[in-house]
Amino acid sequence: MRLDRRAFLRAAGAATGAAAVGGIPDIVAAQKAPSFPKGTKLNILEWVSFVPASDVEFKRLAAEFGKLSGVDVTVDLINMNDLNPRIASAIETKSGPDIIMMISNWPHLYADGLADVDDLAEEIASRDGAYYEHNKKVSVVNNRWKAVPLCSVPATWAYREDWFKEAGASKFPDTWDEWRKVGIALKKKNQPMGQAFGHSLGDPNNWAYSVTWGFGGSEIDQSGKVVINSKETIEAVKFTVAVWKDCLDEGGLAWDDSSNNRAYLASTISATINGASIYFVAKRQFPDIAKVTGHAHMPKGPGGRFYSIGGQGRAVMKYSKNQQVAKEFLRWFMDRPQYDKWMAANDGYVVGPTPYWEKHALWEKDPKLAPFKESVKYGRWPGYPGPPTRKASEALVKYILVDMYAQAIKGMKAEDAVKWAESELKKAYA
Amino acid sequence: MADQTIEPILAKSAASGAPAIAAPVVVAVPKSRRPRGLGHLLEQEHILAGALLAPTLVILTLFIAYPFVLGIWLAVSDKVVGRPGNFVGLQNFWVNLNDTIFLRAFQNTFVYTFIATALKLALGMGAALLLNQHFRFKRIVRAGMLLPWIVPTVLSTLAWQWMFDATFSVFNWMLLNVGLISQRILWLGDGTMAMGCLILVNVWRGMPFFAITLLAGLQTVNPDLHEAAEIDGANAWQRYWRVTLPLIKPIMLVVVLFSMIATFADFQLIYVLTRGGPYSSTHVFGTYAYEIAMRAAKLGQGASISLFLFPFLLMVIVFQLWYIRRSD
Repeated sequence: MRLDRRAFLRAAGAATGAAAVGGIPDIVAAQKAPSFPKGTKLNILEWVSFVPASDVEFKRLAAEFGKLSGVDVTVDLINMNDLNPRIASAIETKSGPDIIMMISNWPHLYADGLADVDDLAEEIASRDGAYYEHNKKVSVVNNRWKAVPLCSVPATWAYREDWFKEAGASKFPDTWDEWRKVGIALKKKNQPMGQAFGHSLGDPNNWAYSVTWGFGGSEIDQSGKVVINSKETIEAVKFTVAVWKDCLDEGGLAWDDSSNNRAYLASTISATINGASIYFVAKRQFPDIAKVTGHAHMPKGPGGRFYSIGGQGRAVMKYSKNQQVAKEFLRWFMDRPQYDKWMAANDGYVVGPTPYWEKHALWEKDPKLAPFKESVKYGRWPGYPGPPTRKASEALVKYILVDMYAQAIKGMKAEDAVKWAESELKKAYA
Repeated sequence: MADQTIEPILAKSAASGAPAIAAPVVVAVPKSRRPRGLGHLLEQEHILAGALLAPTLVILTLFIAYPFVLGIWLAVSDKVVGRPGNFVGLQNFWVNLNDTIFLRAFQNTFVYTFIATALKLALGMGAALLLNQHFRFKRIVRAGMLLPWIVPTVLSTLAWQWMFDATFSVFNWMLLNVGLISQRILWLGDGTMAMGCLILVNVWRGMPFFAITLLAGLQTVNPDLHEAAEIDGANAWQRYWRVTLPLIKPIMLVVVLFSMIATFADFQLIYVLTRGGPYSSTHVFGTYAYEIAMRAAKLGQGASISLFLFPFLLMVIVFQLWYIRRSD
């Protein structure tokens, strides 16, 4: 579908009322006069993506929307770390961007400052299929959609296929037990795997949550009761302590989120959990490493296979005077022609929020990225199996699960580390 | 003054006991026109003083008093982002005191502040004494000394992060190559070691401020006093202890005061290097308050963590100001 400005303006005519109902195709069909008042502005706040082409394409699409609709669209990109303070100040002062990116369960943190977008979110789901569970869980607060799911940025295992073969594994191990056996062989050859256990935003939590769930443990149950102190969690902690010595690079306690990227690309580790960024950089700068790099799923434990994926969404701010335009932009962006281009620009770094995007051509182009596409089926949210509430956020920012593992690695008994986590979680979930 | 009129007045003889003059003496004196309006008001000292102080008061109220009062209000409320807060008394403080991560942050803040300030003072004094000597390129060395202090903290800390990197640390590379260690040191991988690294970077960054300020103090010491002491037989240490130190003590206390306040409230350096990790062993009030207030959106709880600083900072300020005044 191709729209010039005139057609779009005719189309956008129903924007204040009817337009919200049927999306751009219906707007086009409506063929009514534009009703965005002249001088209407739309400000969007996003993170600076780890894939620069993604930002370029997003800005291009935003400008295209501006051109078609006659709306003055501006996009501000800031570091992910700076989004929280900006959102807090925008909500408290009731001024700022009209649309803000939400990462993981932020819609639950900021629900009171976000406009409902039920109609839009459900319209997209009815067209493209139901959202993945984690995308839905983090976006729906008290049965109201507070953000339109945008994507997931999963982290799978990136590993050296050549080294794994040499260590006797023709493919990446499917269970944690098998994983440990290969890991021991690799570390003996001075090719350990690598995992961060510090306080960086992503990597340490990827292990802490996925492995806890994989062994059958969890922070809370569905009713919100703290149940971390279980034999399953203790097993997960014991396993982590054992593989810390047997399989992993013992620098991990001092790692941040970029340390494993550097270590992998410097060939000092054989595998690590990461987004597709390692592979992208390898393709550009270290083609020999890219050739022998594969991606694989998180191994299965007694409790199953899990990924910690919060997903991302976009929220329309409650204070915004341009909510209708903001929703119109989101409707237009999430429509297939636009989203297709943005997803292509991300080259496999993001996975769409609905199964429809599993059919995107980029997955055929590079089969090495397939595990990213599939990982979202195993995605769980902070606080799983309970809801991803603000209490789950408190547990997350206090790094309770990460520190439970880190303290055990530093010598605390597994049972004591789990007890410590239990007492901290009880306060966070009080 | 051109616009002043002259009017005759009777002038009485001031000379005591002088006989009364029969004829009045007419003297011409300038008659000042009575000031009116704003000019008149400003001639009154208390109004002028108020007018001159008003801008400062407005700025202090808006940017210091209001945020401070708001901070206190937040600390005694259950305010979260997007919702109005309710008064909860001292509940947030009670929660803090039962929070093991907070207690660790509490301890760390004091360890970090006192050790770093003591080291900055000792090294800064040493550097100031050296810089106070005459040598070639003195000015270049003095200017260069300030570099760590003027480079943005985030940038210099990122450089330190590379130097402490678990895999690529230049320190490890050097120590391994000269054979002093046989395996790498995980600078930021252990709580105690990481605290040591944070203190080291803080001292590196803050020491120049001490050195330059103390150097300015040293240069105000009159050389005659040293000469006199030398003639009286005082050795170098005695001259330093009995002459230099008492004279620069006020400036030294001011520097320590400023540094303690800044170090107590440090944030950037720790947030960039460790974010409070590993295992929450390097959190200080600033970093922990940020995590709770911003990333968990609990503004009230976060403010109460920040406000734990206040009584201690107040005590430091009161003590030091009292001490300086007493010395005067």
